[in-house]
Amino acid sequence: MSKKLLEVKDLKINFKTYAGLVQAVRGVNFELNEGETLAIVGESGSGKSVTSNAVMKLIPQPPGIYADGQILFQGKDLIPLTEKEMSRIRGNEIAMIFQDPMTALNPTMRVGKQITEVILKHKKVSREQAKQRAIELLDQVGIPMPEKRFSQFPHEFSGGMRQRVVIAIALAADPKLLIADEPTTALDVTIQAQILELLKEIQKKNNTSIIFITHDLGVVANIADRVAVMYAGQVVEYGTVNDIFYNPRHPYTWGLLGSMPDLKNNVKEDLRTIPGSPPDLIHPPKGDAFAPRNEFALAIDYEQEPPMFKVSDTHYAKTWLLHPDAPEIPIPETISKRIEGYLKEAENK
Amino acid sequence: MTNKLLEVKNLKQYFGSPKNPIKAVDGISFDVYEGETLGLVGESGCGKSTTGRSIIRLYDITDGEILFRGKNIRDAKSRKELKQFNREMQMIFQDPYASLNPRMTAGEIISEGFDIHGLYKNKTERKEKIGSLLEAVGLNREHANRYAHEFSGGQRQRIGIARALSLNPSFIIADEPISALDVSIQAQVVNLLKQLQKEHKLTYLFIAHDLSMVKYISDRIAVMYRGKIVELGTADEIYHHPIHPYTKSLLSAVPLPDPMSERKRQRIPYVHEQNDGSEKVHEVLPNHFVYGTDSQIKKWTK
Repeated sequence: MSKKLLEVKDLKINFKTYAGLVQAVRGVNFELNEGETLAIVGESGSGKSVTSNAVMKLIPQPPGIYADGQILFQGKDLIPLTEKEMSRIRGNEIAMIFQDPMTALNPTMRVGKQITEVILKHKKVSREQAKQRAIELLDQVGIPMPEKRFSQFPHEFSGGMRQRVVIAIALAADPKLLIADEPTTALDVTIQAQILELLKEIQKKNNTSIIFITHDLGVVANIADRVAVMYAGQVVEYGTVNDIFYNPRHPYTWGLLGSMPDLKNNVKEDLRTIPGSPPDLIHPPKGDAFAPRNEFALAIDYEQEPPMFKVSDTHYAKTWLLHPDAPEIPIPETISKRIEGYLKEAENK
Repeated sequence: MTNKLLEVKNLKQYFGSPKNPIKAVDGISFDVYEGETLGLVGESGCGKSTTGRSIIRLYDITDGEILFRGKNIRDAKSRKELKQFNREMQMIFQDPYASLNPRMTAGEIISEGFDIHGLYKNKTERKEKIGSLLEAVGLNREHANRYAHEFSGGQRQRIGIARALSLNPSFIIADEPISALDVSIQAQVVNLLKQLQKEHKLTYLFIAHDLSMVKYISDRIAVMYRGKIVELGTADEIYHHPIHPYTKSLLSAVPLPDPMSERKRQRIPYVHEQNDGSEKVHEVLPNHFVYGTDSQIKKWTK
């Protein structure tokens, strides 16, 4: 059994706004082992980025408030830490890769300096050693001619190469946990595939844990070991990647899977959509937040919030449909057929 | 076979100094048939958006011919002819935030087209038209008085679609209409586009970099690389039997929601071969075109 690196317990984060208190994260729980990848999936506004920024303690206070919960990193709670204590962990033990490499990099600073800056801050090394290490890192993330690239500016790099630089900066202090917030969304598919391969390679080598935030389910299937599906500030389904893709139980997960076209089984019917739009988190709806958009909603969904029901040891879902008294609702046919196709294909190989 | 609505012949669009131009689009030819959806895919910078913008005359083309219903679009000189052309061809833009004027209400945005073209008799008819367009794209009549910032991304894109439909066009160029939207909203917009195509007998040129959605919505697909169309064929052909190594490489990079096959994914890297300039378009199979030299085609089809 691998060691537990991060445990988020009942995390609640609010933001004060003129319109009222926005409950952006409403009780999130998850765990991450060493060398494991957790993907957090959800629509914009579901709280996935707020959750990951919270782990880095990057929520500005005010307007943000850590209302409740714990973020246990190697058994130690990060929430009560002072900014000074946190700066020793941030960039050093936990590092982040941002979505847009152009805004994440400083356009007026040479790439090399942006990497050595991190190394010099967190490690006791000389300038020359830091430079050597930076060139090694550039090489490790697959940038050709690292010595030459070291003294270039970000605008001299292509989008994919810039993202590699951002990854090199994140790796500079050998972090145990890497948080990647939509790192491939701004990139072309071919470049995306390369970056995903790179992240997996780094993980294998350094036994790094990764939190990967995305809304692309294809990417999730590619990189994740475990998946947390978020909706309206809560985790609504949590399980291994196989649990989520081959045995999805929450209607919202069905909606997400159904809204992707099925390429393999060549079906040309209309895409399943999730009607409506996400709820207002200043006044979260009573009961199950997903109920108004859920075609399978039960009467109780509008009254009482469902608990996390256990599907298996690794798989949990927050829907009343899993209650023993609930009517049996099978996975919608379009999705179950698709899964059948995938499983059959896997068997044949 | 249905009629050709649009014929693009040897289109070239160069930017920058004439001595050392950037060849954004470098001699491409294709036809769009009435009622079909032609998908145009490729990586950023391959010239797919430039192609769309050249067709709708946002740029003056460097060379080549674009025929719409058999007529060269550059021959239309008089105001009347230009207006007629503009009515037939409309565009949906990528970014629903940047493409709507924040100082105009949804109603004003949608009606601007038929104000310019004088397509209504009186105020009641105008109001009725705005209302029915809003309903056609799944919004409410009451939304006409709201400003763009009051709408979500998906709703904004619906307003963009209503604006494109306002002049009853026959041909719509959709330039990455869904890439800025959430997955569940993408599906809503794609379903809407399909439904409108059936109802209004529209022809689409669908530009995107997301191969899975393009495959889903298109009848035929053209793959672009460095200003050239390297492969063109039916969506099924391109997806299941790609011939050009670039198409193969692109397809091998698309992740699918199937973890077991993802674990075994083998990406095929693409190495561009420098040629002597003898490459041309070959019809390898009926209606399946590949761009390359004779020897390359032989090698690829083996």
